[in-house]
Amino acid sequence: MAYERFESTPAGDPDSTALALKILVAGGFGVGKTTLVGAVSEIRPLRTEERLSRAGESVDDTGGVDQKSTTTVAMDFGRITIRAGLSLYLFGTPGQDRFWFLWDDLSQGALGAVVLADTRRLEDCFPAVDYFEHRKIPFVVAVNCFAGARAYGAHDVSRALDLDRGTPVVLCDARDRDSGKEVLIRLVEYAGRMHTARLLDTVG
Amino acid sequence: MDKDSTGEDPSPAGGRWYDAEAGPLVRPYAMTGGRTKPGPGNVRFDLIALVVVDDDPPGPAEESLLGPEHRTLLAQCRAETQSVAELAADADLPVGVVRVLLGDLLEAGFVKVSTPVPPAQLPDERILREVIDGLRAL
Repeated sequence: MAYERFESTPAGDPDSTALALKILVAGGFGVGKTTLVGAVSEIRPLRTEERLSRAGESVDDTGGVDQKSTTTVAMDFGRITIRAGLSLYLFGTPGQDRFWFLWDDLSQGALGAVVLADTRRLEDCFPAVDYFEHRKIPFVVAVNCFAGARAYGAHDVSRALDLDRGTPVVLCDARDRDSGKEVLIRLVEYAGRMHTARLLDTVG
Repeated sequence: MDKDSTGEDPSPAGGRWYDAEAGPLVRPYAMTGGRTKPGPGNVRFDLIALVVVDDDPPGPAEESLLGPEHRTLLAQCRAETQSVAELAADADLPVGVVRVLLGDLLEAGFVKVSTPVPPAQLPDERILREVIDGLRAL
């Protein structure tokens, strides 16, 4: 049911085909996803009410409320208008693992993802890295350089995460607009390269 | 697990819920008549699918039969072409509810929905170039 092909409307107007691209911002809890989305775009909270998965029920701390089987999940989302008819949508994915089912919905047709990492607890971003690697969704790792965190080079982080060769690692400050823009630019460039490489693979 | 199926209001063991904690006054899916999936058209609304008003919508008589939430969404679409995500955020309704309501509007011919870019055919280089330049100029 969830994967029906999307039918284009027959009465579509050919010259006003608006294009919307989707970028996900993932990473552990409190790593700065909201900050990053807010730095590069206006930001709005988006509510989705979803059923808790079976797996989620067991790990979710629902002491006293164990009959509640749906939960409201809030995501951040922002829009960057490139020009009339071309927009970039950013979705901050919920950090907890129990919201995987939301990720599947979000990652459908995504151009790529930004995995935000904090070197003080790098392991928090492992699930996101795994997720995008398995689904072959292009992603960049953006290391949010918190004050007080020991500085690691991009290369150290790349090795610690055992990233595939070519997966970009960018050091950033999620609060800074220019820095956030740079992260997105790196991602779009990388997504373009990945896409071209895949096209060549299918041809050759 | 069995007691889950009763669907009754749970009474919390250690305390009470107040305000937002207690949940909305009208349960979200009451607005959809209990439906959690869009109607027989089986349309799957992507979060970034763009919703536009139909050029040839049904008349005011039919529109007056719509529910308040349907009309709110329709008004939002008339103001500006927006994505499903934006419509949901602005209406302050969960995405699942908005998908059902939009399904009704689509079937009744009030709105049209754009196809999002499928993963297999991501935009060509020219568009990506444009996005990069646009981001730089931001």
